[in-house]
Amino acid sequence: MKDKKTMEIPAIDYGTVIDHIPAEVTIQAMEILSEAFHNYTATFGTNFPSKRLGKKGFIKIEGTVLSQQEANKIAIIAPKATLNLIKDGKVIKKSTLELPESITGILKCPNPECITNHEPADTNFKVLNEEPLLIRCHYCERALKRTDLMFR
Amino acid sequence: MNLKGKDVISIRDFSKEDILFVLERALYFDRNKTSDHLKDHVMATLFFEPSTRTRLSFETAMSQIGGKVITFDDVKASSIAKGESLHDTIKMIEGYCDVIIVRHPKEGSARYVAEVASVPVVNAGDGANQHPTQTFTDLFTLQKELGDIGKVRIGFVGDLKYGRTVHSLALALAKFGLPLIFISPESLKMPDDLIDELKNIGVKIKETESIEDVASELNVLYVTRIQKERFSDLLEYERVRNAYQIDGKLVEAFSHLKIMHPLPRINEILPEVDKLKNAIYFKQAHNGVPTRKAIISLVLGR
Repeated sequence: MKDKKTMEIPAIDYGTVIDHIPAEVTIQAMEILSEAFHNYTATFGTNFPSKRLGKKGFIKIEGTVLSQQEANKIAIIAPKATLNLIKDGKVIKKSTLELPESITGILKCPNPECITNHEPADTNFKVLNEEPLLIRCHYCERALKRTDLMFR
Repeated sequence: MNLKGKDVISIRDFSKEDILFVLERALYFDRNKTSDHLKDHVMATLFFEPSTRTRLSFETAMSQIGGKVITFDDVKASSIAKGESLHDTIKMIEGYCDVIIVRHPKEGSARYVAEVASVPVVNAGDGANQHPTQTFTDLFTLQKELGDIGKVRIGFVGDLKYGRTVHSLALALAKFGLPLIFISPESLKMPDDLIDELKNIGVKIKETESIEDVASELNVLYVTRIQKERFSDLLEYERVRNAYQIDGKLVEAFSHLKIMHPLPRINEILPEVDKLKNAIYFKQAHNGVPTRKAIISLVLGR
């Protein structure tokens, strides 16, 4: 640890930065996106001070540009995170994540009687309301709040 | 409106117009008991848990409109007992029939079966979730008895927390913009998320513990069974069970009320009520036949 500079995450020339992830869900966000970056250099940080969130996390992926759709997979846990696309070291596009209309495969249905917990069916939840979050299981039709969520 | 090739899984999938279309068809079959609409068609009834009335009413419906029925209702005797997955069972059976009727204890099972099968699937009950043909039967009964669903002023009484027939019928009636009254003890009230869903559709809701308080506002009382096993305190069960016993005296005091019940009934409606003209629960059960004829023939495009 020579000086403060080496502590900072190096800037990237080409890639994706997802910023303003609530610190407590950064690791979960990494897990959800792991498929998207498994062949690329990626750095993560958490508990960085943030004016907006108190403590925030981020994910930097070098060499690939995530589509909004891919990044939106983490909108369920980080609805206000930002997606930055970097080219030649500059942010060329910045957007806020949006919840997709339906969430496939990421969540587990917390209802033990739901068929998705007994047969090899992909889970699917329809987003009924964003804030407060309310989603409905496509199969057992139970309505779920943020506090009910379970990840696969 | 064309339901050919569609699945019938949940009342949530049907608009008011869809419902009225099905009911019109049910009325046709109510007036024309036998036909050969489904000649050369085969219906498979797959009951992964026991049911008498639903299975019999589907089978009667299919036989009276000229179709054939294949069935297995003894899971122990089938390949399920050998460990076959639901997926594989369906992939096999779809090759033997034109329509599948499924009852399965897991919630969402019918939706899953419909996604696996290439033939139309009708949900005959998926655990605590949905039982849409019961809901259509209830709606057909209301239309037949009152002439118009718009005139229905219904009060649901009993176990509103766990009663799927109540949940489903309430959702269907909400599509008609009708006010709904829920009568139950505090411990068996309608689930909050369902109340929210109904309010979001714009339904006027009243919740009470007393039938007498609201009976004059109603023309239909939909009674459900209070299940003893839901109570941890059996004294509370005794108190509640007696509070909602529908007897001849109550029906006579509110003689404008029609009494419905999805059956089976235990003792929440006394047998003395059966002979009164208000009691329409056996007619309601019989209405399952024309209603199911309508549903099967519509999904088969006949």
